[in-house]
Amino acid sequence: MTRATTAGASVRPADSLDPAQDTFPKLVVDNATRLADKVAIREKHLGIWQAHSWSQYLAESRLIALGLAALGFARGDRTAVIGDNRPPLYWAMLATQALGGVPVPLYQDSIEKEMQFILDHAEARFAVVEDQEQVDKLLHVRAECPRLEYIVYEDPRGLRHYQEPFLLSLAELKERGAKFATDNPGWFEAEVAKGAGDDLAVICYTSGTTGQPKGAMLSHRNLIVTARNAIEREGLRESDEVVAYLPMAWVGDHMFSFSQSVVAGFGTNCPESAATVLSDLKEIGPTYFFAPPRIWENILTAVMIRVDDAWAPKRAMIRYFLDLARRTERARLAHRVPALADRLLYALGRVLVYGPLRDNLGMRRIRVAYTAGEAIGPELFEFYRSLGINVKQLYGMTESSALICIQKDGDVKLDTVGTPLPGVEVCITESGEVIVRSPGVFLGYYKNPEATQQTLEDGWIRTGDAGVLDRDGHLKIIDRARDVGRLSDGTLFAPKYLENKVKFSPFVKEAVCVGDGRPHVVALLNIDLAAVGNWAERRNIAYTSYADLAQKAEVYDLVRHEVNRVNRSLVEEGDLAGTQIRKFLLLHKELDADDQEMTRTRKVRRGFVAQKYAPLIEGLYSGVDHVNVEAQVTYEDGRVGMVRADIRIAEAEVAGAGAAR
Amino acid sequence: MSGAGRPPSLLEVDGISVRFGAVQALDGVSLEIARGEIAAIIGPNGAGKTTLLNVISGFYHPNEGAIRFAGADRTHLKPYEVATLGIARTFQNVALFKGMSVLDNIMTGRLLKMHGSFLLEALYWGPARRQELEHRGFVEQIIDFLEIQAIRKTPAGRLPYGLQKRVELARALAAEPTLLLLDEPMAGMNVEEKEDMCRFILGVNDEFGTTMALIEHDMSVVMDISGHVVALDYGRKIADGTPDQVRNDPAVIDAYLGVAHA
Repeated sequence: MTRATTAGASVRPADSLDPAQDTFPKLVVDNATRLADKVAIREKHLGIWQAHSWSQYLAESRLIALGLAALGFARGDRTAVIGDNRPPLYWAMLATQALGGVPVPLYQDSIEKEMQFILDHAEARFAVVEDQEQVDKLLHVRAECPRLEYIVYEDPRGLRHYQEPFLLSLAELKERGAKFATDNPGWFEAEVAKGAGDDLAVICYTSGTTGQPKGAMLSHRNLIVTARNAIEREGLRESDEVVAYLPMAWVGDHMFSFSQSVVAGFGTNCPESAATVLSDLKEIGPTYFFAPPRIWENILTAVMIRVDDAWAPKRAMIRYFLDLARRTERARLAHRVPALADRLLYALGRVLVYGPLRDNLGMRRIRVAYTAGEAIGPELFEFYRSLGINVKQLYGMTESSALICIQKDGDVKLDTVGTPLPGVEVCITESGEVIVRSPGVFLGYYKNPEATQQTLEDGWIRTGDAGVLDRDGHLKIIDRARDVGRLSDGTLFAPKYLENKVKFSPFVKEAVCVGDGRPHVVALLNIDLAAVGNWAERRNIAYTSYADLAQKAEVYDLVRHEVNRVNRSLVEEGDLAGTQIRKFLLLHKELDADDQEMTRTRKVRRGFVAQKYAPLIEGLYSGVDHVNVEAQVTYEDGRVGMVRADIRIAEAEVAGAGAAR
Repeated sequence: MSGAGRPPSLLEVDGISVRFGAVQALDGVSLEIARGEIAAIIGPNGAGKTTLLNVISGFYHPNEGAIRFAGADRTHLKPYEVATLGIARTFQNVALFKGMSVLDNIMTGRLLKMHGSFLLEALYWGPARRQELEHRGFVEQIIDFLEIQAIRKTPAGRLPYGLQKRVELARALAAEPTLLLLDEPMAGMNVEEKEDMCRFILGVNDEFGTTMALIEHDMSVVMDISGHVVALDYGRKIADGTPDQVRNDPAVIDAYLGVAHA
């Protein structure tokens, strides 16, 4: 077999674990003595950051565990955990693990049907949830989840009149736990001691771009070894601070805010609400930060809108220094030394622009930051790095305990995801698919041997991504293996690559490119309401709704300009020059997870979108200049409505060599 | 209205009339609002709803009739005296301090609860500091309750209308009222904002036990949240009862749809 392989350096047998510290509960017990008073987790509540030390972390988890034990929790039972990132929910996960059970975190914005599927599939006996919203959802689906016995809620607001006997507050649970402890001294400690590294630690349901969610089973060993290897490679320490704001059900949050936090002993910070993340970020000033490209982009868009509104001389100054920073960063990435004048000016820019900007973003203290989940636009990536923020690309998946490759400090390239972590082997098959073997490789999908067999082969995970390894052993991801296609004349067509280029425009929020088996490429685009809305306001363009704004001729011109720019940049990329976007349209609604157009982690479900908007795609390939469409919209409460619209079709300019075709 | 099992009345309005020159705004209106209920006052434009609210809150004084609140007569009190009794209100047109932050706006609702010397307040020292922290703590609970954490420090004038209404509700709640008067709390809101507001009104009633009287035009909202509806037309009370009784009352149908003359 001819395979390109690369492996991360490993200093010792990568999956060795001290039996005294081979589970998360054991590690927390250790933290509670070793780092007793150090802050383990903070939560902003009633406007004030409330800190909990590692000894409190253990004490709270212990009470919850004993409370669950009092309700009859047996080893191997599953606890569903649903809600925003809250310390008690992290404690509930640890409590479940301490009793030899398995936490199953669920996406808190899932609609009832999705929750019911996972609750039923995971056979959860217990659910620990945040508030009334989640309780209501569970009460609705409870009839179809016969195994669900108890629902515990953290926030009692609005629940006072609920009489269900299986419903109790976290405070009541802890009371029962305290009573249970006096009757059964040493129970918690004995249960913790029974745990072993190869026990199941968590089941993470992947949202999956196709079909029903699959529950990836990860052991304590998977997570602890992976966390430890990454901590050592990245130089994380107990004084670090991370902000926990991405869904708890997502393996990334489980790795950063739970696994790594417990293993390294660093602090996790839970924002007050989803809407306050940016200002909470500023108050905490994390040293360790993760965000998917979409969030990096939102932050940049928010900044640029404010810059555009600034006083003209100030605006000019910011623009000048941002350009300068980009120039010097490009030189650095190419391993060149920037010109002396640029270096001096950069120092000035640090005082005038970069420092204040970083401070304003809450990123002044960041030592390590990651972006992952989707490819990041090179300009976006450069922007943050040019401000002196150490953003690096990361590659991983639920099935590999979240982490596979990370760019090393000082070895960052725009278009790769870096080199494998210690203990991780990465290989490319003949068909171009990336496969991975590591101590983090999962135990399989829960109750789904068929899917396990498709993904797991001799200890190697098939990632489903198409990639290449470059000369320095960096992995470069091109697209989903199954999404890479060919135009009817045989030209290679990588849709995601094109979409990412278009999406880097602040005006375009989402893009879907179509071209497999077709004569040329067309695109369905979503405008960014904040950016385009602001743009329209400054030009006195009145609009009534998202759909109305998207169909304005001026907005089409604006977006056409962006598409033309992408086409021009494609000319420089040789092979891809043939896949320039000929026609595009602006969708009348945002692609949404509630309509199954995206996954809960906001990845476009390409097949579904192509099917749902088939008339639009046909319109793009025929000569018409507008199409009528009817689309189904699902509201957050599960109701379904129809939206009708008349959508324009626009042509883009084809640049350079592609124009001849 | 004094059916068996009804909790005692918190507010009794007895035959009040209000005249502005030749205009008879209210004409002998009587009603009772029981402790802990959400009462809705409905009626076509110009029916006298806001005038009724203004009389209850002490902004107008009735030409005739009496008002008893918590058992004591208070027909001729001034607005600030009414406020100290535990009656708070919101306005049809939002009346916030536009340049002040949301937090400061809500803090003004605590004004009547603050006692202290000007000097100590200025120095933010001793009892003044302790008191300020206590009030801030209370206000933070309201902020949490109404889910407006994200706009705590935003100047009120920069907020969209729906949020301004919510801030106004927060300010009224800060006074810990026994009776809360809401003048069209959902005017100009979209469906989602209305649903949020309904949730908050029901939540406040449930959590703090606040009695509420609200003016509202959206009948579906009225039917959803209130247990007691009073209908006015041309300054007269034309119906009083449960939402279903009032909805099916011929006088109310006539007032809204015009009288059919067969």
